[in-house]
Amino acid sequence: MSKVGEKVSKYILEMYNISKSFPGVKALSEVNFKVEKGEIHCLVGENGAGKSTLMKVLSGVYPYGNYEGDIVYEGKVQQFNKISDSVDAGIAIIYQELALFPDLSVYENIYIGNEVKDRGIINWNETIVKAKEVLEKVNLKVNPETLIKDLGVGKQQLVEIAKAISKNVKLLILDEPTAALNEDDSENLLELIKALRDQGITCIMISHKLKEVVAIADKATILRDGETICTLDASKGEIEERAIIKHMVGRELNAIYPEIPDKKIGERVFEIRNWSAYDSQLGRYVVKKANLHLNKGEIVGIAGLMGSGRTELALSIFGNQPQYKLGGELLINGEVKKFKHTSDAIAEGIAYVTEDRKENGLFLAQNITNNVSIAKLSGISNQGIINDNEEIKVAEQYKKSLQIKASSIEQLVGKLSGGNQQKVSLAKWLFAGPEILILDEPTRGIDVGAKFEIYTVMNELIKQGLSIIVISSELGEVLGMSDRIYVMAEGEIKGELAKGEADQERIMELATQGGGLKDEIF
Amino acid sequence: MKFFNELGTLVKENIRDYGMYIALFVIMITFNFMTNGMFMSSRNISNLLDSAGYIAVLAVGMTLVIVIRHIDLSVGYVAGFLGAIAAILLMRHGVPVYIVIPIILILGIVIGLFNGLLIAQLGIPAFVASLAGMLIFRGALLQVTEGTGTIIVQNASFNALGNGFIPAITLVNDRHLLTLIVGLVGICFYIYGEFKTRHDKLKYSFEVVSPSIFALKLLFVSLIIGYITWILAGYNGISWTVVIVLIVTIIYHFITTKTVLGRQIYAVGSNAEAAHLSGINVKKVTYIVMASMSMLAALSGILYTARLQSATTTAGMLFELDAIAASYVGGVSSAGGVGKVTGAIVGAIVMASLTNGMNLLGVGISYQYMIRGGVLAGAVIFDVLTRKKGK
Repeated sequence: MSKVGEKVSKYILEMYNISKSFPGVKALSEVNFKVEKGEIHCLVGENGAGKSTLMKVLSGVYPYGNYEGDIVYEGKVQQFNKISDSVDAGIAIIYQELALFPDLSVYENIYIGNEVKDRGIINWNETIVKAKEVLEKVNLKVNPETLIKDLGVGKQQLVEIAKAISKNVKLLILDEPTAALNEDDSENLLELIKALRDQGITCIMISHKLKEVVAIADKATILRDGETICTLDASKGEIEERAIIKHMVGRELNAIYPEIPDKKIGERVFEIRNWSAYDSQLGRYVVKKANLHLNKGEIVGIAGLMGSGRTELALSIFGNQPQYKLGGELLINGEVKKFKHTSDAIAEGIAYVTEDRKENGLFLAQNITNNVSIAKLSGISNQGIINDNEEIKVAEQYKKSLQIKASSIEQLVGKLSGGNQQKVSLAKWLFAGPEILILDEPTRGIDVGAKFEIYTVMNELIKQGLSIIVISSELGEVLGMSDRIYVMAEGEIKGELAKGEADQERIMELATQGGGLKDEIF
Repeated sequence: MKFFNELGTLVKENIRDYGMYIALFVIMITFNFMTNGMFMSSRNISNLLDSAGYIAVLAVGMTLVIVIRHIDLSVGYVAGFLGAIAAILLMRHGVPVYIVIPIILILGIVIGLFNGLLIAQLGIPAFVASLAGMLIFRGALLQVTEGTGTIIVQNASFNALGNGFIPAITLVNDRHLLTLIVGLVGICFYIYGEFKTRHDKLKYSFEVVSPSIFALKLLFVSLIIGYITWILAGYNGISWTVVIVLIVTIIYHFITTKTVLGRQIYAVGSNAEAAHLSGINVKKVTYIVMASMSMLAALSGILYTARLQSATTTAGMLFELDAIAASYVGGVSSAGGVGKVTGAIVGAIVMASLTNGMNLLGVGISYQYMIRGGVLAGAVIFDVLTRKKGK
């Protein structure tokens, strides 16, 4: 600690022996983390490793005195009592869930809380001029008067960064910035981060996408179970995917995508013909004349960029959503079916694990037990009367078989980590006893270890005779897990690829067919 | 030591559930002390429970409405209007009581289904839809009572619903025998139920509380039931209002905790989108909850009219706010998905106790409003604070 003065020039941030406990859990124990000025430093670790907690300590979400250890920022020991203290010091965090106001314009969002004013009166013209300047810095070419809700996620992210820059940020922290972005937008964003580094802005990036880390990081610090494992240096050639995985999980993953030997693919269990969905709220077709089939025991992947209509396709199959008008035929085991409500689809053996588990998948304020049983209450009740004990038994079974990590089945689902929430989501649908399982982004935002567990569960289900449709933005996942792949773009199925003929380039080619996508529409 | 440790953890873990019981207990003891025992007298407790009845049934329905993240402001004047209709049917058309009551309840359900249509089908915010309903039924109440003013109800069996008591059969030591029997049967049912639950849990080899805690709980609850019956038996016995409130409570408690419908209601309140994608018919649930609310408003109207033995032009005024306050005091959460029927009843009794106790003490009406407002705010603050700490 006495050498702090000497290091001022080199490090913008040093965190020493940071510990932080929550009731019953030690989230961080004696974490050390140092970031040099002007570098891109990635923070990597499994879910629950303590990355977000560490960043919350740094930004003052957990005020001084609420944790142990020292934060040295720009050579001085800091005591941030609230978020605005860290913001004033030039630290900005951009969270996974963007904190923008959808009904306000771009310039209002950039300067909210930091208004351009004269004696308390806002100068809107000046604001717009200034907003244009920062938008140029992040290379975002939109009219500053555009409303946020009319922008795609990728552009919204840039607005967040513009907002940070407008506050003269010195240390920019990005929490999984590319989680919701398609490959194009991701690449743009990474380029921008590099450009910002060259302008002297230091950047800490939390990421699960190791390819990105390899591509962009100058340094990478790996956390595991609330402890610092090591810091890798790109200039020494240490940042490499397998090495990171090894440190993250403490073991080497030989096969990320487990395989089933001698897989038997059976008869056609599900098919849609000329399937269209017209969204009456948006006033346009979200799915156009799609043809797709699924055989028993098969995993079929649906690849495509964000907004290509993948989720809409799944929703339209899974019991006519109120705002959709459908066209075409849907067949199950060769019979034409019509679903008026999601319950009809469930009754026919279809289950849909949603893309956004927090938004529309789980009941966060309820416990694991109630979440697991909700899609098949008939399974734990007799003539409408619930057998509580039967329900508890079911929940205990799934907690064990899916290895859900929780203090008990009474724990509220909102308090679980992402991977465990996803397992609860899966448990809910497995209990519904489906024959056709649609998984929408099953591993989004969860760590490598939990991903592997979910892949293993998928294969286990195939062995039990289920058939799976998996929608994913991660090309590796689609390629690794699927027997066949459909590629979607602009609501249409652009192509079907067998396992052997599919590769990343081929998929991207199909996914970007037809003049590419305009973000504004989505 | 082990015993006290377990007790301590139990209380700490369930502070949200126990909080309002403790509050009620403290309020009652305090008032009893300040009024030199007048508060807990047979006559006063009987009066207090009867005066809480018509708000208690509304609070039960309102709790479910708030659980699914809606509100119903129309219940007060729906109660007032349907109470007036009941009076008119009884007095002007000579319809017998046993036909009037089902008709009024069905009218309530029809009104509720119409609210459901506005809210679930057309997507109008419940606040606005029910505000419109409030104005409409206020007008309707004035319309039907305009010519005559207050309608006096002279029908003994109808009025008994608000003022009458179950027959005594005979007096034992100045206590009503039937009331004592009902209390005893209640205690037996309670003990039987607890033993059955425990037995079932053990059959599945689940965790249960230690025998000493179990015995303590049985003893405690039995004593409370016994004491209340004993008090009531010393005056006129159990009133028909209390019987009706108990039946409503038992039915709704059963529905919300033990049935698929109950689960669906809480799921819709917790996350409507996820509920839809879990195969739950959100519209249907909304219709049912709104219909049940207005049906209970009709019941409330019957109880109130019977209690006053007349239908007045201002009947039902501010009932909705009393019911909402009772629901919040009873622990319903404005975030949706959380709230118990039993809590609503306790909430209603807490609010009625405050009014009653302060009346006994001769506290001015201006202070009464302020104190009740403070208690309501306190209840919500308690809810928010304990929720933050939650598991």
